[in-house]
Amino acid sequence: MKVEAKILLGLGLFFGLMCAVYWNWSLENAGGVMMFAAMLLGFLPGGYYYWWSRRMKARPEDDPTATQEEGAGVVGAFPGTSIWPFTLGMGAFMVVLALVFGIWFLVPGLGLVVWAMLGGTAEGRRGGHV
Amino acid sequence: MTDVLDPPVDFAHEEPAHEEHHGPTGILKWITTTDHKVIGLSYTVTAVVMLVIGGLFAEIIRGQLATPNGTLVSLAQYNELFTMHGSVMIYLFAGPFAFGALANIIVPIQIGAPDMAFPRLNALSYWLYLTGSITMLAGFFTAGGAANFGWVAYAPLSNSLNTPGSGADLWIGGLLLTGFSAIFTGVNLAATIFYLRAPGMTMFRMPIFTWNLLVTAILILLAFPVLTAGLIMLYADRHFGTHIYSVAGGGVPVLWQHIFWFWGHPEVYILALPFFGMVTEIIPVFSRKPVFGYKGMVFATLSIAALSLGVWAHHMFTTGVVLLPFFSIMSLLIAVPTGIKIFNWIGTMWRGEIWFSTAMLMAIGFVVTFLIGGLTGIYLASPPLDFFTHDTYFVVAHFHSVVMALVLGGMAGLYYWGPKITGYLLNETIGKIQFWLLFIGTQVFTIPLYILGLQGMPRRMAVYPHDPQWQNLNDWSSFGAVLIGLSTLLFVVNIAVSWKKHPAGDNPWDAHTLEWFTTSPPPHHNFYRLPQIRSERPTWDYNHPEHHALAHGKHDPEASAQ
Repeated sequence: MKVEAKILLGLGLFFGLMCAVYWNWSLENAGGVMMFAAMLLGFLPGGYYYWWSRRMKARPEDDPTATQEEGAGVVGAFPGTSIWPFTLGMGAFMVVLALVFGIWFLVPGLGLVVWAMLGGTAEGRRGGHV
Repeated sequence: MTDVLDPPVDFAHEEPAHEEHHGPTGILKWITTTDHKVIGLSYTVTAVVMLVIGGLFAEIIRGQLATPNGTLVSLAQYNELFTMHGSVMIYLFAGPFAFGALANIIVPIQIGAPDMAFPRLNALSYWLYLTGSITMLAGFFTAGGAANFGWVAYAPLSNSLNTPGSGADLWIGGLLLTGFSAIFTGVNLAATIFYLRAPGMTMFRMPIFTWNLLVTAILILLAFPVLTAGLIMLYADRHFGTHIYSVAGGGVPVLWQHIFWFWGHPEVYILALPFFGMVTEIIPVFSRKPVFGYKGMVFATLSIAALSLGVWAHHMFTTGVVLLPFFSIMSLLIAVPTGIKIFNWIGTMWRGEIWFSTAMLMAIGFVVTFLIGGLTGIYLASPPLDFFTHDTYFVVAHFHSVVMALVLGGMAGLYYWGPKITGYLLNETIGKIQFWLLFIGTQVFTIPLYILGLQGMPRRMAVYPHDPQWQNLNDWSSFGAVLIGLSTLLFVVNIAVSWKKHPAGDNPWDAHTLEWFTTSPPPHHNFYRLPQIRSERPTWDYNHPEHHALAHGKHDPEASAQ
């Protein structure tokens, strides 16, 4: 976890320095704000990883001498098939088409989005092969 | 680091007790799948279709420019064509092909993961990409035609007064969908690489391709939300009466350029880094050596990513409102890590036993073409030279050298990993003819454009003055475009000819990384077993127990140059 944290923190630090130099030198706000936000994107997850890396044992994937047996057990839940991403995608498609073809497209679009969110959540709660 | 491994047996195929996956088949499989390999294949096919569509637009454009007063298309149609050529190639082909197609299939296998971290989110990414592509291309079927403000959609040209009609709105809508698709893929890749590596697969043992995709994912997360926000503001300006980009209401038109290029320049590296990664996988395998300067490659990739956030306004030098020295210095600095990469690729080939397979030829073609594009980029990073060449064909030639290099790299990736994905080898003879057509075609296509640009021919013009030399150069360029088109056709022919002919086996190239340990194509959830991971080349270590796994920086040429 330490390496991951250091990469993100390092990028955040670089963006922060660049932001300070650029903003003070150019006095242009759009780029300054965007670079500041980029710095946060390095620091927030980087800081979180760093905080955890000091409080947990090295994971098998962080250990250069780990054997495959140490990774035994449940890795995570990987649903084999699911209809809900397709439903959600079609809903989002219709929502975007509403920007062009008329506001009424929002009705089926948002309907599909809500349906997919409910269905997908229920599917996730059941767990296992879904 | 000197574990002696068991001699190779049919280890990867054992364990028939592994629970086979019984899912739906046919179209229902395509719609409901959450398997990263099937999604990646859908991405690959869709992206190649987009390459062909964008390529057809390019051929029409080159046909129009073959004569000074071309009449192949009208002036208005020409505007739509160059806009949609750029949009399809950048938004719908290069990006999704880079981080959606091969990355989706290969990254989880390279790190020994059963799937992407969020399989259903992965499927959603694909559906947003597909529907976004359809939305953008649907503009051609509207009354006013497709978007015609250039792929960069500069304000105030893109406002509702100057570009009325729903083609532009469909362009914005399509980009919103593909933008979210990219963001979700970025989240997925980063989470997969951070959390699903196999035991022993430390960060500094990850294959360079996976490293590059991790950095790409981080760049996506930095850049794409900015574009999405900018597009929503553009749509609000067009329809909800806001004045964010219009002077009339107190807005700032150049803000669009800042936002667009703050996404747009990292996007260049989002496109390029995955292809750098592919080439970095291919060159060591076909040189029979470990990659030269592994850590150098990783830090070069990270520094390209870091610097890429500070160079956006080199696209805006001629606006007169940007800080020239800052952006010039940052842009020139990017040449350093990129130079390290090119040095390392050459260092990997140096004294290797080079096997000139199609994949290797394409990879070398990538390095050469990218070098041309990269060097001309250094000229453009200098404001005085940029003032002279801005919006001329010199810029067009520069970025076409770069993106054609990416096409070569992508083809290298398809020839290299195609057998792993389908289980069958592609025809090498057709592949080599394809390589020479593509490589020569690319140079014949771009080099006249450099000269035209230096002579002052502006880009995005459907007609140009009667000048025998200009016409001659344009004709050469169009001829190059025809060669490139033929090479793409040959690729399709090759797929048809080699369809299920020669089974590839697990590891046809005697390659290094984990995806070559499993079967071709890999089973559901990718692996029956994994080897011990003691270096960045676990499959090589397993297949060549006579060679000790080497730590970084200890590449003994006696032991490794076999």
